[in-house]
Amino acid sequence: MDLIWEGLSRAFWLLVGGDPEVVRVTLLSLQVSGIATLLSILIGVPLGTVIALSRFPGRNLAVSLVNTGMGMPPVVAGLFVTIFLWRNGPLGYFHLLFTPSAMVIAQTVIAAPMVTGISLAAIGSLNPKLRLQILALGATRWQVLWLLVREARLPLLAAVMAGFGAVISEVGASMMVGGNIQGQTRVLTTATVMESSKGNFGVAIALSVILMLLVYAVNLSLTYAQQHRRPL
Amino acid sequence: MAVTLNSGAIDTGLRTDGHKILLTVRGLVALREKLVVLRVDHLDLRQGEVLAVIGPNGAGKSTLLLSLVLLQQLQGGEIHFDGERVYPGCNPVRLRRRTATVFQEPLLLDTSVRDNVAAGLRIRGVSRVEAEKRVRHWMNRFGISHLASRPARQLSGGEAQRVSLARAFALEPELLLLDEPFSALDAPTRAALLEDFEEVLRESGVTALFVTHDRTEAMRLGDRIAVVMDGRLAQVGRPEEVFSTPTDDKVAAFVGMENLIPGRVVERRDGLALVRVESTSLQVVSEAGLDQQVLVCLRPEDIVLHSQGGEVPTGSARNRLSGRIARLIPLGAQVRVILDCGFHLTALVSRRSAEELALKDGRQVLVSFKASSAHLISR
Repeated sequence: MDLIWEGLSRAFWLLVGGDPEVVRVTLLSLQVSGIATLLSILIGVPLGTVIALSRFPGRNLAVSLVNTGMGMPPVVAGLFVTIFLWRNGPLGYFHLLFTPSAMVIAQTVIAAPMVTGISLAAIGSLNPKLRLQILALGATRWQVLWLLVREARLPLLAAVMAGFGAVISEVGASMMVGGNIQGQTRVLTTATVMESSKGNFGVAIALSVILMLLVYAVNLSLTYAQQHRRPL
Repeated sequence: MAVTLNSGAIDTGLRTDGHKILLTVRGLVALREKLVVLRVDHLDLRQGEVLAVIGPNGAGKSTLLLSLVLLQQLQGGEIHFDGERVYPGCNPVRLRRRTATVFQEPLLLDTSVRDNVAAGLRIRGVSRVEAEKRVRHWMNRFGISHLASRPARQLSGGEAQRVSLARAFALEPELLLLDEPFSALDAPTRAALLEDFEEVLRESGVTALFVTHDRTEAMRLGDRIAVVMDGRLAQVGRPEEVFSTPTDDKVAAFVGMENLIPGRVVERRDGLALVRVESTSLQVVSEAGLDQQVLVCLRPEDIVLHSQGGEVPTGSARNRLSGRIARLIPLGAQVRVILDCGFHLTALVSRRSAEELALKDGRQVLVSFKASSAHLISR
């Protein structure tokens, strides 16, 4: 019990006092996961939309691949990226391993299939006749895409939130490709693992609290956005 | 309030403006999943007219409508719009921007009513100022101004369809296409909206193609009627023509001529054809030739019943038969009477008449109808 009490009070003072290391780790987490989520949106939303609206041979295969990607264990993504970025690997020339860039890449690999899959479902759930109506109004192909994405904006927002939520709390791949280097690639999750293994529960709890708050903030905004629409 | 039409159309406010042809379809073949679902050899749409397209479900009416805005897979044939060939070739967007389409479902966007009415205008790049003016006018015209800020999600079926109509009219199209716009509404809502719509249609003088499975809507709104059956255009003509002189048995059945009695023309006299049916002869006003195999078409409403032994008022009812009532089917204000006159005949009488004649299963009655009520189709 002493351990817990001590940990909690230590955490409280670290947070209230704005401990510089805690702040730095938090900011890096937001930066890396934020950019990864943004990249996932840029890849996933258009891709999901196009697959949802087109009919082409091999479409079923594409959808299966996306769904498989969504369920891929993050450590597998971490392994892929590590191999690619390894010294003598295909992209070793760029020396990206153990940098925040590597973490962004790994997190994008994790989040992109998720954003693609949910976008695919979101666009696919729109009334197919709506597309006909929009075309009948004289819309060009781009206008149709824009309007449909706008129609599905809430489920798409959910996709974005899900993607961000997944990568901000991801630890395995971030550890593998980042290396948890202080001041460079140490983020909330990797720092928590390290501090916990050293027995520094105060710091670990402080970092966990921040992580929980971030997750809560994401869920809160999503819930607000969805419930804000009065029921039919 | 006068409505301005855009440059391509003629602003007359009159219903049929001469016979300038706006749209021409030749040899069109429409496909779905590689199967032919519709063939239209020849169809012209005149400027300013309302063409009502009727037919049973699945006949190809909606396919025809979608074909005209190039939203349907086509194979072969030509479509000309305002003198210009639009199929094959031509960017479909350009054609669609000269038309407006209203579907059975309102198909609104998840935004306010005002933004929905403006949606088409925004897509077509109409200026802000002009768009606002039109949106205000048409929301007013369809009685939805009070709903301007309401989210489309919260509208009733009738309100939503008014928004869809306002959206279409705001585009001031050269051609308006409507695919069963009132089918999904309940009867009172439909009646109210139909009235408003008819008024707006007449006022604007826009050329329109109106698909419906409701014969009364077609008769009321259509300047001409096109009957689509089994994937082809069976008949096109004025409502009176189509409803009184259908060209084949399927059209006849669809327009309500439930009685189709096979017979043969045995004599001709003074514009009348004497048709031998079973053991009797019927007189029909017709130009059909001798010995022709025909179907005598008769509407249930055109058959008059009289009590057996009573006096049939002398008039122009040249056909008088005796028949036995096989079945009575009450339909509220009317009664359907299934008769056996040596051949099967269905009559429709008012409930009062049925009561006055004391109609009962098995009773013998006198059946009469005019020679001009019947119509002959060759077999």
